[in-house]
Amino acid sequence: MSIFVDENSRVVVQGITGRDGSFHTRQMMAYGTRVVAGVTPGKGGRDFEAPDGGSVPVFDTVAEAVAATGADSSVVYVPPAFAASAIMEAADAGIGFIVCVTEGIPVLDMTRAHAMARDRGSRVLGPNCPGIICPGRTTLGIIPGRMVTPGPVGLISRSGTLTYEAVHHLTRDGLGQTACVGIGGDPLIGTSFVDCLAAFAEDPDTEAVVLIGEIGGTAEQEAAQWVSANLDIPVVGFIAGRTAPPGTRMGHAGAIISGSSGTAAEKTQAFEDNGIQVAQRPVEISALVGDALRR
Amino acid sequence: MNLHEYQAKELFRAAGMAVNPGEVARDPGAAHTLAEGYGGSAVVKAQVHSGGRGKAGGVKLARTPAEAEQHALAILGMTINGLVVHEVLVSPIENIASEAYVGVLVDREGQCPVFMVSAEGGVDIEEVAATNPDAIHRLRVDPRYGLLPHQAYGLATSLYGDPGLARQGARVISQLYDVFVDSGASMAEINPLISTTEGQVKAIDAKVSIDANELFRRPAIAALRDPASESPADAKALEAGLSFVKLDGNVGCCVNGAGLAMATMDLVKYYGGEPANFLDIGGSSNPDKVVAALEIITSDPGVKVILFNIFGGITRCDDVANGIVEAVRRIDMQVPLVIRLTGTNEELAREILAGAGLAAVMSMDEVVRRAVQSAG
Repeated sequence: MSIFVDENSRVVVQGITGRDGSFHTRQMMAYGTRVVAGVTPGKGGRDFEAPDGGSVPVFDTVAEAVAATGADSSVVYVPPAFAASAIMEAADAGIGFIVCVTEGIPVLDMTRAHAMARDRGSRVLGPNCPGIICPGRTTLGIIPGRMVTPGPVGLISRSGTLTYEAVHHLTRDGLGQTACVGIGGDPLIGTSFVDCLAAFAEDPDTEAVVLIGEIGGTAEQEAAQWVSANLDIPVVGFIAGRTAPPGTRMGHAGAIISGSSGTAAEKTQAFEDNGIQVAQRPVEISALVGDALRR
Repeated sequence: MNLHEYQAKELFRAAGMAVNPGEVARDPGAAHTLAEGYGGSAVVKAQVHSGGRGKAGGVKLARTPAEAEQHALAILGMTINGLVVHEVLVSPIENIASEAYVGVLVDREGQCPVFMVSAEGGVDIEEVAATNPDAIHRLRVDPRYGLLPHQAYGLATSLYGDPGLARQGARVISQLYDVFVDSGASMAEINPLISTTEGQVKAIDAKVSIDANELFRRPAIAALRDPASESPADAKALEAGLSFVKLDGNVGCCVNGAGLAMATMDLVKYYGGEPANFLDIGGSSNPDKVVAALEIITSDPGVKVILFNIFGGITRCDDVANGIVEAVRRIDMQVPLVIRLTGTNEELAREILAGAGLAAVMSMDEVVRRAVQSAG
């Protein structure tokens, strides 16, 4: 199975006519994602050309797209200035699962967007995330489909390219995935490690989980405690940023260590204390998962 | 982006906040004149983006204009945490009765702004948080309503028993929230917020950090950026849209994606090397970005080797390879390059590199081992 979405998810792409939106919509459709609608304000009534020769109707608003197509999920590719509004529009239109790929959204905008999504009962994945791919079923976001293969491993990560690095080894070693989820590198994200862990716990096909964290915040520590209290399948962890000096910002807005809180050492300790095996190098992740599954 | 104290105070004043007077001096003579205007005695404060200014000798009290001039002479040009002081803020000395701390920042867990206030201000607030956490009052603000008047007053009453002071404190707290939101800040703090022996509440220090993602829509705030306060490498990285942090090692790193970049630095350390920097070239494979990245890394004389670690997902390896070839053509490279390119169009990328006499390896571990080896 998969988590959050599956092959029946009906996806509306917000920002479908943009450079990134159009490119990734075609990639998603080529992978098998059911993209049922696109939204670009002012371009309603047009058709978006799909890779299989078909077309996707474009609407001015998400509400119109939902009314006409029954879309239940969305992917947001709109520029940072408008991305928080796009999330709020999707939540207001009743979209239950909103993936926001956009990087660079003002944090104060996201405080409002997250508050509204919570009120409307919508789950936001991201922002500043690569999205989710459920191998062989569907993909929402930008994770390249040829890196993954179906199988028993669930993967959750704060980072995009580090996810690719880990999945690349898993796939090469014959360890397929139920779902790979990039939760995003921003300080304020809609879906946490724990939310993903809880979803994997409900999925009978997921037999092991990989948690890829990084410095900053306490999300990994919370995840470790949750694993120890609730999960009986093996979990393998990795933390990026051991060499980062305290107080510096390392690209992701989230990757800031303040004082002693949020260091790689603290997170690694939390993993180990809660029965999560920690890989020292990305290449070790796959080997540890393989060992755990054979046991 | 951090603002200087005097810039933050200008934002506070524009919001109507009670702030102690003060003006910037860029030479000792100006400090003399300013101190004279304040009646002779003055405090002279270094304006740099660094904490611990006082401990570093960057904050001094002067009893006379001549003394203010001497202090300015000593402070201007001094280096605090690697940053050269170009400006001092000269202010009159206040008669301090109490010192409080007031700060607002974005709370990850609550996903909203959170106020932190303490009657025990004027000292290292992290020290207070560690030793006496009950002395700090916290309040989460619903971003949709903003800070409500009763909330501001509630915070102020935890600072002041006197109703008159509490009313003034509430006003300052509300004004701080306005500045926080209107300037697109990620953090705004006053430490200390003083009450004077004359019964006035006012801010005598100010610290504001702006969320870099806000700058595109706040040109007036963006204009407060002080390139003189940044290292040339930081300034160049900012202009090229690269995420860069200088470190002390000798292995220059150029990676796509922040997580992979950190993991690469960690691996350098794992194999016994020391990373010279964090550098995320991002998703774009624009040759100009690659050139800028190489220029920044090679400007560090400590760098003995440059390591490229690219995992092409959306980024196409052939685009990055073209960028590297272009960069090597434009820059006189004095140090070896070791390159790892995996993912989208990697075969094509290797052909492009081979055409320029460069080679790429397949694995992250291999490229890091090679880099550490060449760095010696």
